[in-house]
Amino acid sequence: MAEGVSPGAAGPDVAGAGGSSAAGPDGAGSTSFDAIVVGAGPAGSATALALARAGRSVVMVERGPFPGSKNVYGGVVYGRVLDAIIPGWWDEVPVERWVVRRSTLMMSGTQSLSIDYRSEAWGRPPYNGMTTLRSNFDSWLATHATDAGARLLTDTVATGLVREGGRVVGVRTDRDGAVLRAKVVVACDGVNSFLAKEAGLVPPADASHHTLGVKEVLSLPREVIDERFGVTGHQGVDIEMLGCTRGIPGGGFLYTNADTVSVGVVVSLTHLAESGIRPEELVADVKDHPSIAPYLRGSTLREYAAHLIPEGGYDTMPDLTADGLVIAGDAAAMTLAAGLWLEGVNFAIGSGFAAGRAVDRAIASGDCSKLGLSSYRDDLERQFVLADHKRLRKAPALVLSDRVQHRYPGLLCDLADGMFTVTNPIPKPGGLRLTRDAAAKHGVRLWELAADTVRGMRIFG
Amino acid sequence: MSATDPAWRGISFEDRMATVDFRVGERAHITVDSDVCRSCTTKACVTACPANLFAPTANGGILFNYEECFECGTCYMVCDHDGAITWTYPDGGQGVVFHHG
Repeated sequence: MAEGVSPGAAGPDVAGAGGSSAAGPDGAGSTSFDAIVVGAGPAGSATALALARAGRSVVMVERGPFPGSKNVYGGVVYGRVLDAIIPGWWDEVPVERWVVRRSTLMMSGTQSLSIDYRSEAWGRPPYNGMTTLRSNFDSWLATHATDAGARLLTDTVATGLVREGGRVVGVRTDRDGAVLRAKVVVACDGVNSFLAKEAGLVPPADASHHTLGVKEVLSLPREVIDERFGVTGHQGVDIEMLGCTRGIPGGGFLYTNADTVSVGVVVSLTHLAESGIRPEELVADVKDHPSIAPYLRGSTLREYAAHLIPEGGYDTMPDLTADGLVIAGDAAAMTLAAGLWLEGVNFAIGSGFAAGRAVDRAIASGDCSKLGLSSYRDDLERQFVLADHKRLRKAPALVLSDRVQHRYPGLLCDLADGMFTVTNPIPKPGGLRLTRDAAAKHGVRLWELAADTVRGMRIFG
Repeated sequence: MSATDPAWRGISFEDRMATVDFRVGERAHITVDSDVCRSCTTKACVTACPANLFAPTANGGILFNYEECFECGTCYMVCDHDGAITWTYPDGGQGVVFHHG
């Protein structure tokens, strides 16, 4: 952040953010840029990086004291999106551990059935996924943007859009009401994006398409983590869980950092509100499960955190542009929450970089209207950002369905129990009978099981 | 200490929140209109807020404390009473600072 513009104690200094100064229409001083990026998270920094590299004047307005200070994630950052943006990124990224083991646990009561995949290749370049701390990761990415020439204004809230004749021409800030003006504003202001709400791109409140993530970061000595999780050096583990949230649609997670582990749950906001269960109780349940507790024994709480996640998927994704305005990252609901795949930071980076390039093209063509910015969506449809969302558009509904959430974890555990419990002198039961019995016990008809299998294959296949 | 030891599970909520860095601003960034809350039967904010900042009062209103807020947005998202919760970000540089997010 050495390149960042820190307002410091001297008071508002938005003019010092490097744009050209002019008298604003409201009498206050205003500063003009090619683009203003609101939020210096992964989406904002990727946007600013693309624009700065294209030679555009760009400022990032970050409300926290440093990039990442308001951000929380739930497991793994998949870095391959950076291959084309920051070649050799893995040599410099502030990684905690490279995930070489990924486990999915289906839990029921004190039982669990896991699908555990391990790959040594995931621990070598180009790697697959990493665990990191957002305060480090987001600051690192923001430094790439500032090194390329973008300005970073921290400790500053963009309190609203400035519009002229219906088009967005800047933002107001909370630094004595100072106004920043630009040809385009890119709102990367996160899941609560008040700018996207103000522009009418997303509804004011939409609990049914959001989940709440609640996380505890627990201290454990590095060697203890290595031994308990079966890894060495920079190797790490990501465990995702289903059936551990007392019937509230959602799931749990546990992943390793260097000398901490992060454990938590992600749950449907509407169902949580109806349940009367406190979020921290759900985390305590996960920590107490006999499949998880041995990993955490003797740990101490380092930090407790909570954050919302947009989970509407492709079918509820908002309009991504308006006249003079583009949205990216969580502000545009670019989080992939599709059961087997839980990704967000990579989508933020991918959408942000595409937004930056689209804004550059729009400025070059002299048309920063909604139409002039429309190449953004086309670009996203061609690459993973919207292609993955489109392919998995039906996944959230299946993953959060009653049977997947409430019945299948227990059914599968009982099936495994029936297969692996040796009941001598009673002969082993056949697979069909076990399936029938487990299904009946959990209130599932065999045709429903077959239908969901086909549905799952259609969605994920 | 065993994993099932209640002392291991039962960290007090105050100790839990004490692990979080809050830079408390002068201005309350969330305001609650208790008159609206009195007609609310669910009081979803009380259950769902991960920082446990909402408390029901004896007369059916809501007592709210903004200082130790994660700024997650859960409260206004789950609230179905227009005007009950007014939510903005804290002033620049203030509020929660996650170091291990």
